[in-house]
Amino acid sequence: MESTSRTFEDNARKALIDADLRRALTKLGHGFPVKRRMAVERLPEFEGLRDAARAIKEDVLENLDFYLERFEERVVEQGGQVHWCVDAAEANQAVLAICQEAGARTVTKSKSMIGEEIAINEHLEANGITPVETDLGEYIIQLRGEPPSHIIAPAIHLSMDQVTETFRQCHDGLAADRELSEPRDLLEEARAILRQKFLAADVGITGANMLIAETGSVAVVTNEGNADLTMTLPRVHVVIASLEKVVPTLEDATTILRVLARSATGQETSVYTTFASGPRRPGDSDGPEEFHVVLLDNGRGAMLGGDFHDVLRCIRCGACLNHCPVYGTIGGHAYGWVYSGPIGAVLSPGLIGLEEAGHLPNASTLCGKCEEVCPMRIPLPKMLRHWRTRQFDRDLVPPASRAALKGWAFLAKRPALYRAATGLAMRLLGALGRRRGAFRRMPLAGGWTAARDLPAPEGATFMAQWSRRKGARP
Amino acid sequence: MTTGRETILGNIRKSLNRGPLSAERAAGPEHRLKAAKPNLVPARGAVEGAERVALFIAEAEKVDTTVSRVAAAAEVPGVVAAYLAAHDLPTALKAAPDPALADIPWSRQSTLAVRQGGPEGGDEVGVTGALAGIAETGTLMLVSGPHSPTTLNFLPDTHIAVLTTGAIDGTYEEAWARLRAAGSEGPEGAFMPRTVNLITGPSRTADIEQTLLLGAHGPRRLLIVIIDDQGP
Repeated sequence: MESTSRTFEDNARKALIDADLRRALTKLGHGFPVKRRMAVERLPEFEGLRDAARAIKEDVLENLDFYLERFEERVVEQGGQVHWCVDAAEANQAVLAICQEAGARTVTKSKSMIGEEIAINEHLEANGITPVETDLGEYIIQLRGEPPSHIIAPAIHLSMDQVTETFRQCHDGLAADRELSEPRDLLEEARAILRQKFLAADVGITGANMLIAETGSVAVVTNEGNADLTMTLPRVHVVIASLEKVVPTLEDATTILRVLARSATGQETSVYTTFASGPRRPGDSDGPEEFHVVLLDNGRGAMLGGDFHDVLRCIRCGACLNHCPVYGTIGGHAYGWVYSGPIGAVLSPGLIGLEEAGHLPNASTLCGKCEEVCPMRIPLPKMLRHWRTRQFDRDLVPPASRAALKGWAFLAKRPALYRAATGLAMRLLGALGRRRGAFRRMPLAGGWTAARDLPAPEGATFMAQWSRRKGARP
Repeated sequence: MTTGRETILGNIRKSLNRGPLSAERAAGPEHRLKAAKPNLVPARGAVEGAERVALFIAEAEKVDTTVSRVAAAAEVPGVVAAYLAAHDLPTALKAAPDPALADIPWSRQSTLAVRQGGPEGGDEVGVTGALAGIAETGTLMLVSGPHSPTTLNFLPDTHIAVLTTGAIDGTYEEAWARLRAAGSEGPEGAFMPRTVNLITGPSRTADIEQTLLLGAHGPRRLLIVIIDDQGP
């Protein structure tokens, strides 16, 4: 998809006045985080499992070439194929070639963030093949021509009325006055339409939550069962996955699964966890005749061992989005590209460039909640700071901010001068603001005071008060 | 086939500042794959006998699965007929071509019409076995094969799974061990069936305003019938 991250500030401003979005985000804030906490409290080993999951992924990243080659060997032994793709264009080409070879007209898809990253739907459509998203949320936003606004709940930004309107517009041949006033009505209509699509599709495309090196299996997790129908009914199953999804064994996958659903939705486990290993076997009465894994690098190999190495542990649970005060205020679309929230602010500059996504690492208060809840213990705030440093080093920071940062750095490195300057500023602001208690406007801080008042300081800095109190103690 | 493979592996090795793993350095990961072993396993599943069955039932019921317990296979048809009647469901069943299911005396319930085979359009109630139950989360493990078509687990509106108490494991790790043992006669690493389905409750979605609804794409309801094969 085309990124709109450059206009992040405008996107965010629009999000703030979108009433439907506000309601949806309020609901989100009361939903997933509470359920996650309850699930974590029920499992005394949760913190230990986070450590174990992290250790598994660290071993994987250290030996990534070895595990990927082993995974491929197993897939081939079972009659499948692995397609190694350096970038999005190669991956799109590989998927298209498989579909064309199969003479495909329609393709069912279960939700895949890699699919979004490479924009596979656009590529298939441009070549005369119709992709049909089958995850309910993903199906709704596909009808509306929107990108997902959340990693695991792609239509979280929409109200039921908006979905009703979309179904009335897009589902031809149904009675115009049919009942669509309850979520159940909408689900039944989508279920009936998509069941026909499942049965008619020539190729099924799924993502992968994990790739198992030991067995050459692809692990896919859903609550709806849509990935299972997508991979079992059509003649060809195509998996699109990025390199770092590989894990060594079934036991290792199990450890990661134990933290995945709990972190994501607060479920003990998702309804369907499926391990698919190659095509149909002798004696099988169902299953695909072809099994392909399209393996995408897209810059990930180059991230190993560098400042952003740790982000390769991500299992796309969405916990950092659910707990982020910024995401919770503006939603996912404002971020302007496929990945949103803290993980998006770290991934996007690496994938589409710091010039394009430079606003995102700055859209954070660095409160640290994302790192606190990340099941893989990814130090997201540290990485946001890495991007900010690079922005400064590469001269991508606007001149005024740059000058302000330089001025602040100059002061911060000279404690005596810093104390004198801040002491003077506090006394001055304190004197000016004493009468009203707050400033409605402040020169050079118009952006900040546009939406809030600046409380007037009481006349002394924290450090001055601290040394006075310390001095007063016996 | 693609040069992508060499480029990607080369990128990885360049970032890691090394060439392909030497035999010596590969020994660690090699061993990890050959001798797969459990990591930290939650204590919740470390229960035996009646307690394990009780945990399985409690966890399954938490996620909207209905569980019935019977003393012998002969009682399965009665329980199934009662469940279908209570939910006002059709009494034509499609059972997986599994010998264990064929041994159930379905004909004792004259109201049930049972056929064995893979699903066809219009099958509303599917009956399957299961390789294992996992007490830790009330989960079923189903594997594909000539006796167990995967589509039967997903297409019918109602899924009925028949399980013996002896097939209930405490943890996922025990269920994997069971699966490895079941396929141990094949070549190394080839114990894995084409499809392993871990199923925990009926299909669901919360994609419309976070309202939880059962029956998204898979079965709308799940009944597990547990046959006691371990005595009281």
